[in-house]
Amino acid sequence: MSSFTLSMTLAFTLLAVAASYWQRLALERDILIGTVRAAVQLLAVGYILYFVFHAPSLIFTFLMVAVMVGVATQNASRRGKGLPGVQWRVLAALTLTEVVTIGLMLLFRMIQPTPQYVISLSGMIVGNAMVVAGLLLNRLQGEVDARRDELRVLLSLGATPRQAIQDQLRAAVRACMIPAVDSLKTVGLVQLPGMMTGQILAGASPIVAVRYQILIMFSLTSAAALCSIILGLLTYRLYFNQAYQLAR
Amino acid sequence: MSLQATTQRAWSPLFQLRGVSRRRPDASGEPVAILDHIHLDLAGGLITTLVGPSGAGKSSLLHLLNRLDEPDEGSILYQGRDLRQWDVVELRRSVGLVLQAPVMLPGTVEQNVGAGPRLRGQALARERAVELLRLVGLAPALLERKAADLSGGEQQRVSLARTLANEPRVLLLDEVTASLDPGSARDVEELIVGLTSRLSLTAVWITHNLAQAERCGDHLVLMAHGRVAEEAVTAGFFAGPATEEGRRFLESGKEVHP
Repeated sequence: MSSFTLSMTLAFTLLAVAASYWQRLALERDILIGTVRAAVQLLAVGYILYFVFHAPSLIFTFLMVAVMVGVATQNASRRGKGLPGVQWRVLAALTLTEVVTIGLMLLFRMIQPTPQYVISLSGMIVGNAMVVAGLLLNRLQGEVDARRDELRVLLSLGATPRQAIQDQLRAAVRACMIPAVDSLKTVGLVQLPGMMTGQILAGASPIVAVRYQILIMFSLTSAAALCSIILGLLTYRLYFNQAYQLAR
Repeated sequence: MSLQATTQRAWSPLFQLRGVSRRRPDASGEPVAILDHIHLDLAGGLITTLVGPSGAGKSSLLHLLNRLDEPDEGSILYQGRDLRQWDVVELRRSVGLVLQAPVMLPGTVEQNVGAGPRLRGQALARERAVELLRLVGLAPALLERKAADLSGGEQQRVSLARTLANEPRVLLLDEVTASLDPGSARDVEELIVGLTSRLSLTAVWITHNLAQAERCGDHLVLMAHGRVAEEAVTAGFFAGPATEEGRRFLESGKEVHP
């Protein structure tokens, strides 16, 4: 894509700004700021990736993944505002999810241990896990708020925090898994996922693109399950104090 | 005059509250005392009713007795031992709580009644579940029914059976008949009095219904503004309260529940 063609993509942004102005959505400023940020971030990442892909040491790959996990932690933790120590728990959940998922891919030689593969797939896994982590924190808080009396009854019957919150935890993890499971069912029929589309546009054979997409879909489903379960187990105790009382 | 001295039967305190205070933030975030230096002995083996206007701190006090909440100051002894020295799970099994609005857990009546034993890894035997339902005046056929589909009165009885399945020594009752129609309220009331007597339970019972307090309670504690305004043998209180606050409350209560 030439620079001129790339600049023409701004037509889409102008369309969104015009729609916002027409419908008085008051989003023009946000759209313009978002556009500038997205362009600068992606161009910067493009240059950084170019450097990392050609760097002789894997340390840059590691640093790049660490930055991804750090930013994702910061972002997802906002959903658990007020929960003490939630950041460390999100960091642990995202790190474990990334290590297990990419680790399995490397172990079974599904991907090659090169920056191109590790960084691209880590981006998808960490990004997806970040959304799942935010969703889990949000949903668990909602479940606790909505079913507070139920929790109190169970505690008063002699339940431990884990026993008391079990149903709410399960409901929150299920809610996090639903988008991944739905995607599994409809992929190829309703949507052609980003990676596959990108590969096809870049000239790869659809058969090859599909193979990688299968890897992505399965690994994202497992990442969603891992991240939501790990974060749920690390977080539920924050809703109780040492005396098994509701803390919030 | 102390309550012990005015009681015809000798009793030993099961709960002893010593200088218990509890504060909560008000709308502006400032801490406000909802319980203010409470000194109180609650008798074992008897029914003590907690009465008083809304906001007097009755429910807050009840929730301290099985450690669903914690005092900011003071201590509470249960069977002579500080509540904080008890294993909290063991304490809550021994001191059961029944809430004003019955909260049914997801599932059937049988799953609700068996919740307590299940939490400690035991299945409640079918015969025992039937026995508990009969004890609270419900037909065993209800065991298979979804608990959420029952009437308010039936749910309150299931709540009671669920608490009794833990074989508690104490029942904490938070306005358990308030959300029921008069007929069901009277049935549940008689049920509780019968059960406490038959199973030798201690009950601490919050009620807004003075006639109910007079019918059911052995002792009465009047609370106002987070303090104990008066404690008395029930018959003595209704014969003539010892305090001005008691007299005023009795007068206002008689207008509501003549």
